[in-house]
Amino acid sequence: MPKTETETPKMKPRPIVRLAIFLISHSLLVCVVCCTAGVLALLLLPLLAKNTYISENALMPGSASSMISNRDISEANRLASDLSGLNFEPQDAAALESRGILTKYMSDLGAEVSYHKFHHKPNQFHPLHFFSSPDSTSSVDNFSCSAQGVNTVGIIRAPRGDGKEAIVLVTPYKFGKSGTAETLSLSIAYTVFSLLSRVTWLAKDIIWLVADSQYGEYAPVEAWLRDYHTPVFTGLGALNADTCIKIDDLYALEQKPIAQTKISDGFRRAGTMAAALIFKVADRNELLEDTLNIYAEASNGQMPNLDLINIVNYLAVHRQGLRVKVEKVLSLLDSRWLEILGEIFEVLGKVARSLNPGWKFGISAADYVEGSATLASSLYNQALGIPTGPHGAFRDFQVDAITLEISPKVSSHNKARHNEFLLRGGRLVEGVVRSINNLLEKFHQSFFLYMLTSPSKFVSVGVYMIAFALLVAPLPLVAASLYADANQLDLGVKNTKSTTTAPDELDITFRSWKWLYAAKEVFLVHVWGAAVSLLPYFICQIPNCSPTSSSVIWVSLSMLGLLILYLIAGSPSTHVSISQHEEKGEWAILKSVTISAVFIGLLLMSVVNFATAEIGALLLVPMCLMAQPLKLDMKAGKFRSLFRVICNMVLGFVAFPPAAYFVAKTLFEGSDSINMGDFWNWMESLWAWNSATYIYIGMVHLPCWALCLHILLHSC
Amino acid sequence: MELPSRWVFLLFLLLSSAKAFGSEVDKEEFQEELLLKPLPDRKVLAHFHFETRAPPCNSNGLHHHHLFPKSISQMVEKFRVKEMELSFTQGRWNYERWGGFDTMSSNNAKPPGVELWAVFDVPKEQVDASWKNLTHTLSGIFCASINFLESSSMYSAPDWSFRQASGSLRYGMLPREAVCTENLTPWLKLLPCRDKAGISSLMDRPSIYTSLYYSQRLHLTSIASDLEGLNSGIVLEQTLTVVLHPSSQRTGLTHFSQSYLQPSWSLSSIFGRKVNGRCVLAKSSKVYLQLERGLVSQLKKSENYGADYIASEGYDGEANFELSVNPDRVIKEENSRNGISSSLLYEFSVDKYSNSKPFDLGLTWKFPVIWSCQQAPLHASRFLMGSGNERGAIAILLKSTDLNDSSLVANSAMDGCELRVNIFQVVPWYIRVYYHSLQLFVDDQLKAVGAFVEKIHVMPSKDKISPGMMEMVLKLPCGVKSAALTLDFDKGFLHIDEYPPDANQGFDIPSASIGFPDFHTSMLFPSNESERKSPMLSKFQESSPVLLYTEVLLVPLTTPDFSMPYNVITITCTVFALYFGSLLNVLRQRVGEKERLLKSKAAAKTGRLSDLLSRLSAKLRGRSQEPMQSASESSPLINSKLALKVLLMAALAVAWQYYFG
Repeated sequence: MPKTETETPKMKPRPIVRLAIFLISHSLLVCVVCCTAGVLALLLLPLLAKNTYISENALMPGSASSMISNRDISEANRLASDLSGLNFEPQDAAALESRGILTKYMSDLGAEVSYHKFHHKPNQFHPLHFFSSPDSTSSVDNFSCSAQGVNTVGIIRAPRGDGKEAIVLVTPYKFGKSGTAETLSLSIAYTVFSLLSRVTWLAKDIIWLVADSQYGEYAPVEAWLRDYHTPVFTGLGALNADTCIKIDDLYALEQKPIAQTKISDGFRRAGTMAAALIFKVADRNELLEDTLNIYAEASNGQMPNLDLINIVNYLAVHRQGLRVKVEKVLSLLDSRWLEILGEIFEVLGKVARSLNPGWKFGISAADYVEGSATLASSLYNQALGIPTGPHGAFRDFQVDAITLEISPKVSSHNKARHNEFLLRGGRLVEGVVRSINNLLEKFHQSFFLYMLTSPSKFVSVGVYMIAFALLVAPLPLVAASLYADANQLDLGVKNTKSTTTAPDELDITFRSWKWLYAAKEVFLVHVWGAAVSLLPYFICQIPNCSPTSSSVIWVSLSMLGLLILYLIAGSPSTHVSISQHEEKGEWAILKSVTISAVFIGLLLMSVVNFATAEIGALLLVPMCLMAQPLKLDMKAGKFRSLFRVICNMVLGFVAFPPAAYFVAKTLFEGSDSINMGDFWNWMESLWAWNSATYIYIGMVHLPCWALCLHILLHSC
Repeated sequence: MELPSRWVFLLFLLLSSAKAFGSEVDKEEFQEELLLKPLPDRKVLAHFHFETRAPPCNSNGLHHHHLFPKSISQMVEKFRVKEMELSFTQGRWNYERWGGFDTMSSNNAKPPGVELWAVFDVPKEQVDASWKNLTHTLSGIFCASINFLESSSMYSAPDWSFRQASGSLRYGMLPREAVCTENLTPWLKLLPCRDKAGISSLMDRPSIYTSLYYSQRLHLTSIASDLEGLNSGIVLEQTLTVVLHPSSQRTGLTHFSQSYLQPSWSLSSIFGRKVNGRCVLAKSSKVYLQLERGLVSQLKKSENYGADYIASEGYDGEANFELSVNPDRVIKEENSRNGISSSLLYEFSVDKYSNSKPFDLGLTWKFPVIWSCQQAPLHASRFLMGSGNERGAIAILLKSTDLNDSSLVANSAMDGCELRVNIFQVVPWYIRVYYHSLQLFVDDQLKAVGAFVEKIHVMPSKDKISPGMMEMVLKLPCGVKSAALTLDFDKGFLHIDEYPPDANQGFDIPSASIGFPDFHTSMLFPSNESERKSPMLSKFQESSPVLLYTEVLLVPLTTPDFSMPYNVITITCTVFALYFGSLLNVLRQRVGEKERLLKSKAAAKTGRLSDLLSRLSAKLRGRSQEPMQSASESSPLINSKLALKVLLMAALAVAWQYYFG
């Protein structure tokens, strides 16, 4: 673009306008700087992580000494031995019997016990049910007795409490076919429950939900929560009077051994839930010490209040001496480049500290690698939008919840060791319950938007937003600059006065409305994207379809759709431009509109699920910025354009969602067992969990990828 | 001269006292009673009942009280209170385990927090004013924040569902009020002996405040003696109901037979104190031990099975338990209904005990006995539905308790009988209830509301003025299994200064009261002289409708970030600065002045800088035609001077940071 200096002075625009014009005219530099800075800021996040602290004063974790006694433990052991003696065939009878025993133990403690029956139904794809609140309408359609589960719920009413709030404890348990780990988690829960039934400090009711985990851990909890919050009053009779005899048996059985308290078949409630703790004992054993795994990610990247994680971490580490872990991407732990990066940062930190001892941003390389592995896992889990455990069901009802998974040290079947493990687990849960019990208000003090880099370090929203902001900042600038270039607009810096042969009015109007064609094109491709994301609804209606063939059908149908779109709309690029010298202008305007669409899509997504937007921006932004017709570059034949061609090809490949999935899978899990069906399964899990990421991929990512490809293959 | 006058005085005294003895009806009197009752779930209920009566006096209204608390009588006189009840409650009454169908529960089971209702004997337009003054007075007397009930958005005026009173009844609740000794002490001050002597000396604060349920109640009725109602007699009834957990060592579950044995207790073990004689000012001072119907029938059964011994009147339970003190009298309830065993009352008179020989009633169980309480015809529970900060629903669920044995049978003798249920619910204004969305489910089927509602009165809430109130009478068929009512609501927004402290906890919806007007609880005792004198027993004999309260609900509302003022100030200041800055800028300049200025400048000289730049750009153009590249490199704004300045400043800043930072 030739530029000419003029002799005549012109009015200086406002500084802010000048700044904008300056940035637009240097968009390439800004792009490079911003994108690099964005990636760098993302890599710097483990360095910028702050130590967690307990923000709410009322929690006071660990300020009271634990009250769990050996009697609680011995009773829990008795329950465990009673239950483990019942693993006989047939399972139904065993399940019935063990449920009866558990109920008897609970009601002996003075708890109100009730059963909650639910019908497990596999997740269905409802294209219009995204973002809708959990509803109950679909729960009373056809069901069969075979898919029925029974949760056991025990409620301790707080003495002198007003019953407005409740704390929920959940232990998944498979009645009749439980393993030792599940029985162990039940004994921990019973230890705590038996303590809580006689303490005087309780201000909130305690609900202990023994979730029938024969259909997974999430489904029973979700069913119970749905019935708790949105009960259905009609059709209950039908549900009770159906031919599921085994449940009726259950009540008949209950009346026998327990004469003191009746088991009510009604649904019992206990006020607004303040928090929920799901805890289970892992089957695997740790080599060194008892470890505690914390899972916190709920659907669509929602997290529980950081204070909840803080108190668990504080009590586990400082009171019970457990090793606390959060999930990590294991393959990142021994990646060489991360280590090198960590060492560089370490050196930089040391230099900074030698300059001023007050600057403490250096962390050791090992910490850095550990932190980034955790951060990556946190980012991935949030981006996926699939809850990492039953706690996800609580978050859907605005209840803070986390899953604690305790894995014991190699069990030597030592009685003392076993009791000590019970004591530790029990004290941890007791401490957390006591802290939450202290809480007068609901959790609101600490962060809700954060990512963990270790159990005691976090990156808050104010920090991790910077990386995303830097990544998307060049998008509008480039869009504006491309538009200006294509229209040969005067942006103040350049001057039109020199091209004195002013184009006629008609031309200008045509040119200024040219972007509408591009917009139409972009819109059509987005419609195609929406159609593609609705396709699985029809594909999964096909009976007996393996994941591989489903994904093949999906891909081919999508391609067919794109082809048809081209045929119907005519090749969008054939809109004859009025002036001949505008080969560049057309694709540039298309690119500019595409980039605007990406910008809007990413911003919207960052509000819904930040992590998805962040990962999406990492993939999309470089591709969008780089895209330029291959033909042009080929024609130029220079080294630079060749480099650009290669970059474009690589980015175009990586940004294709299935390709991105497989590349990530090979990188993190090794190249074996790559199967076309995996992608279908992955997408299926996304829509089954109502993840917004699915919408994002279908309606933002895929269309933008298609548009970029279109620009690359543009015939100019 | 001195001696005679003294004699005269003495004589006068004698005469006056004789006069007082003569007119016994007009005397103020005080009676204290305590009822103890073992509960099915191993707890013990203790119900203190104090009654002070002030007779109507026919002088000019200036009372001189001997026993009656002056503050109360003044309050009654001033605000013309006809009837009033104030209760402070902590904990919840467990209707399932402690009974819901006796006088005790329907009179003394109260919702958590403070409940106050009052009927005034004033013209209708003055009722509100009287209520406001009354709340302030009570707030002062009882050290509680009852004065919050003054605001019109906190109280309501039920017409008929709560209590029959034509327009002069006001009703308010404070569910969040914490109850503690500071409320008990002024309450005790109203008693003539306080807690220094008599039965009230049992009220050891640590033991009664560790109870599972604590409800302190003050009920007063004024009996108008003349037409103007100026001179009225007042009956002040103070009750304290506590449910205590006898602190027996928990019997280990290892002994199965032991585990169901009821814990034995005595007054000293549950209260930590004994009664050292009566309050000398009390007319009577009695302790009762009540064995309720279910328990008595169980005891009888076990007797029959065991020793085949037909119990004699009264002491038929002796085989199962043992009392440490012999009762003075055993009162057997006269049961009007057939075939049901009646409850027993053991009466103990405290008169004969003294400091040297304190009264310490103990009950020791010998054999396990399991019984259950009588339940209200329907068990009521109320809960919130939905989630989120926008809307929700209140549901009241009524479930039948298997009460087909006693009372329903009697009623359902005739076919097509109906069970009437009174529902009275007050909802604060910020919970915007849509009363049109009332849905009724009877036996799990959606039914038309009109078919089951006999009478309904709805007062929608007015923002910040009055709460929403719903009174209704449901007519359910007798064999109803369950009935559910749902009401949708929107959550309102409050102004920032309307949020209470700890707003993030949520907001309370006070308890709803559910009444069963067809069912009355009353105990009939063989009528002889002494029962009439016991105020508590006569209270039991009064027929009162069954009433129960539902749970308090907690609604989380949207709360602003209360640290927000800081952010608001920052943003507002920024906006103002930008606005005024640009406005001033615009105002300061004349139209077209800048162009003229620039033009004149250009005429004077073409700047050295632009000259330089033009040469530079020309050079660049000559070398390369790549547009983007040149654009980025040939910026006119990057100039060496500026860069130098920036560098200098940066160096200064670094130096400053390094040396002084």
